Amino acid sequence: MNDVVPFEGIGASVRRKEDFRFLRGRGAYTADFNRQGQLHAWILRSPHAHARIRSVDVAATTGMPGVVTVFTGADMAKDNLGGLPCGWQIHNKDGSPMAEPPHAVIAHDKVRHVGDPVAVAIAATRDQARDAAEAIVVDYDVLPAAATLEAALKPGAPEVHGGVAGNLCYDWHIGDKTVLDAAFAKAHKIVSLDLVNNRLIPNAMEPRAALGEYDPTTGDYTLHTTSQNPHVIRLLMGANVLHIPESKLRVVAPDVGGGFGSKIYHYAEEAIVTWSAGKLGRPVKWTADRTESFMSDAHGRDHVSKADLALDANGTILGLKVHTYANMGAYLSTFAPCVPTYLYATLLAGTYITPVIYAEVKAVFTNTVPVDAYRGAGRPEATFLLERLMDVAALESGIDRVELRRRNFIQPDQFPYQTPVALQYDSGNYQATLDQALAAADWAGFESRRAEAAKRGKLRGIGCSTYLEACGIAPSAVVGSLGARAGLYEVGTIRVHPTGSVTVLTGAHSHGQGHETTFAQLVADKLGVPVAQVDIVHGDTAKVPFGMGTYGSRSLAVGGSAMMKAMDKVIAKGKRIAAHLMEASVDDIEFERGTFRVAGTDKTKALVDISVAAYVPHNYPIDEIEPGLEETAFYDPKNFTYPGGCHIAEVEIDPETGKVSMVNFTAVDDVGRVINPMIVEGQVQGGIAQGIGQALLETCVYDADGQLLSGSMMDYTMPRADDLAPVSVATHTTLCTHNPLGVKGCGEVGAIGSPPAVINAVVDALRDFKVRTLDMPATPAKIWGIINGGRAMAAE
Amino acid sequence: MYDFQYHKPASVADAVKLLADPDAKAISGGQTLIPALKHRLNRPTAVVDLSGIAEMKGIRREGNAIVIGALSRHDDVAGSAEVKAAIPALADMAAHIGDTQVRNRGTMGGSISNNDPAADYPAAVVALNATVITSKRRITADEFFQGMFTTALEPDELVIAISFPVPEKAGYAKMRNPASRYVMAGVFVAKTGGEVRVAVNGAAPCVFRQGEMEAALGANWSAEAVGGIKQDATDLNGDIHGSAEYRAHLVTVMAKRAVAAAG
Repeated sequence: MNDVVPFEGIGASVRRKEDFRFLRGRGAYTADFNRQGQLHAWILRSPHAHARIRSVDVAATTGMPGVVTVFTGADMAKDNLGGLPCGWQIHNKDGSPMAEPPHAVIAHDKVRHVGDPVAVAIAATRDQARDAAEAIVVDYDVLPAAATLEAALKPGAPEVHGGVAGNLCYDWHIGDKTVLDAAFAKAHKIVSLDLVNNRLIPNAMEPRAALGEYDPTTGDYTLHTTSQNPHVIRLLMGANVLHIPESKLRVVAPDVGGGFGSKIYHYAEEAIVTWSAGKLGRPVKWTADRTESFMSDAHGRDHVSKADLALDANGTILGLKVHTYANMGAYLSTFAPCVPTYLYATLLAGTYITPVIYAEVKAVFTNTVPVDAYRGAGRPEATFLLERLMDVAALESGIDRVELRRRNFIQPDQFPYQTPVALQYDSGNYQATLDQALAAADWAGFESRRAEAAKRGKLRGIGCSTYLEACGIAPSAVVGSLGARAGLYEVGTIRVHPTGSVTVLTGAHSHGQGHETTFAQLVADKLGVPVAQVDIVHGDTAKVPFGMGTYGSRSLAVGGSAMMKAMDKVIAKGKRIAAHLMEASVDDIEFERGTFRVAGTDKTKALVDISVAAYVPHNYPIDEIEPGLEETAFYDPKNFTYPGGCHIAEVEIDPETGKVSMVNFTAVDDVGRVINPMIVEGQVQGGIAQGIGQALLETCVYDADGQLLSGSMMDYTMPRADDLAPVSVATHTTLCTHNPLGVKGCGEVGAIGSPPAVINAVVDALRDFKVRTLDMPATPAKIWGIINGGRAMAAE
Repeated sequence: MYDFQYHKPASVADAVKLLADPDAKAISGGQTLIPALKHRLNRPTAVVDLSGIAEMKGIRREGNAIVIGALSRHDDVAGSAEVKAAIPALADMAAHIGDTQVRNRGTMGGSISNNDPAADYPAAVVALNATVITSKRRITADEFFQGMFTTALEPDELVIAISFPVPEKAGYAKMRNPASRYVMAGVFVAKTGGEVRVAVNGAAPCVFRQGEMEAALGANWSAEAVGGIKQDATDLNGDIHGSAEYRAHLVTVMAKRAVAAAG
């Protein structure tokens, strides 16, 4: 049999097992679950960005067809529930903790953004619940709004939260300013740049949904929810909001249609349906429509920064100074405070030797949807700043932009490399990824392509980004010292069944990543069990011992490592059983891909022989070893992992319309050891699609009153297939030195590395117009404005 | 959506009777009405489904005109041998409306009756000087489109067909809104029986004729003839995707491209 099974271990592009159901429409998503006696919830949301609630009158809903009840914020407050918690505490420069104003599940004093929940109507059908919500009369005292960073920072700006002066959540810094000032004093040149990192709306394909259930005979609650981390939701909602012990609360995140960070957080609707199910004794379901997704899913990015780079006469970096305002939105979402600090400022060295870095970050409350991690989370913002700055520095110092990068790269023999902003990189080879990408993109031949495009009336440009990111989040002790209120290990259980098939329980969660295949390949590689006989179980707190979930490209580096450790335990136990069966010393037993062998002999036992013996222990060392073959391991990473690489974008601009077309995109990424090359390619391509989206298309726009102008697909430009270019994805591997797989992570590199490459290409295409600052997205109207302004200036 | 009565009449006469109710709505391809209903932006008492009315269907040549039934889907127009042979610019316009799903549902009658400023067809109807044949009368293109989402149609009046005179030359070019992919600025140019007409869509609250360009092309049918003509930005649309000035600029660019496409 074995000789006809193709190799399925590490490095094989095994087809995705999960696609068998997904491609045939047989996935089971939260909205697909329906229960006997189920009711539907409709959330009434604030139409105002900022208003005091004078009263909520629900009288008109009484007796409406199908309507069971309406709960308001006041009803929830009566039950002494907690608010939605924040999972990370940042400290100010002076050591005091950040401002952490309460976040009511349902607003009852003030609403603070368009979409803030005001009441929930519960009825037999969703339409009836919506009818009831429309019959609720809310008397609002509308207040002026602080709708943007700029507006919230103005003297006398409206206060989003009473008592939070100047809307300042925190004023944080990292690095040594005295050393920096000294470095700047010696600089040959200081290059300064103002940057905006545009606010994004995640738009996972599956809108959020939640189904709460309560069993009065046992007191057990069950929540099905669209989550990237069901155990985290159980912990946050159970302990902080509803006060339900873990033993009485099961959280299931079944098939989930994309998250990109937006499904990490504990949302109000999860608590609303769970609490309502308990109050009513009936299942309560809520499913967002797309409009609600726009105004209630956490948004991403939204930074305004000023950066100064000090260089010596050779273009060697002497120091970097960064000042950033980060928009938190109206409330602190679960991990919001860490995104513009420890996931951002610690990345500002990038791939370059930077002797000193000083960064200040001010986080600001505004009357907008909360902002939290979105694919890349902080690292795209750092990469965009640094890689734009390198291009401007090259232009202004007259050094070729590739050469300037080479001169400052951390060298392959300098690892482990300690940056001045806390991180210690374990491995990488930035010259190699750069060289491979330059060759693949034919960088050297670009000028002839530009000349050819000019004959067609097009402006062609090329740009690169030699990025680095930190993922595999994260060592618990480190993040704990930085303010995390949770550990960030992962859990894996390997259950070898009597006949040798394997069930893996993992705390990681797959919402598009292909875990059911990649993780099975780890087992195939190590235990020699065919992928078809390995089942991956995730997303259910009743099945999986514990877990911290999937974000920060951590599933394989942390979750996969936990599985490896659990498999080591299985093998160690198996060796003892094999030693008994083959009457040999345990020390003489070798194991490789499913076979236990007495070293130097032809005596072997297959894994299935061992599993049968373990579960049918007739001939078994029962006094020394327990029956069964199942092991659990918790893995806490020793360090972050550090993927990096080079992205090269090539664009053409139609100067008459300003439209930028992607014509080519080349990525060479070092993601560590590759388990499934096909899945890695897909992950990187998807990330690049989102990066191109940020660079050219997507932006969230609020007006001065806090109304969301880009509130639907009519006005928010999601990337479509024809907005993208042929994307060439390759890898160049250096191994992670501190996890058992040597893996680094591939989920976010595409979204981190690509935006500056695209913008650098656009700026290059516009080289005759001397563009210095170009905020994303580079829309046709914006580019036309630059070209038109340039022409006007040229005519003067 | 809210509850409503559903009717599917088999004749124009029956449909018109049902539409005597001022709060009833006719539905053709539903590409505008259905999303509005789903968002509860519209609360009709009844929806009158026109899809069963044979007299509103079909594409045929009548003398020197192409007559397109109001229920013709965009994909029907795009694929019609009659349209492709006589007015290829119109077939091409239809082939680039929305996406595949929209083209397989949306109809010409529905599009022009709705008169969305960012719709494609109104520019073709005006530039080709088509006649709108309704359940009551014949309306010229210039009279038909009256303002944003406003036409000459009376509440109980239905478009039955649109009659397009076959032009000597016609061409269309548009810039799409990056998000919605509706028209941000489009120009349809046509020369029919010696008369040049230039219609602009997407840029303003309603399709309009660009007289200066018509005169220039009448004298010299070439892209260069319109390339120097600046559209006045006053009264054009401006939004988060582009200012009125940008749209005005696009009108000139699209006019040049439309003339080039027309040959």
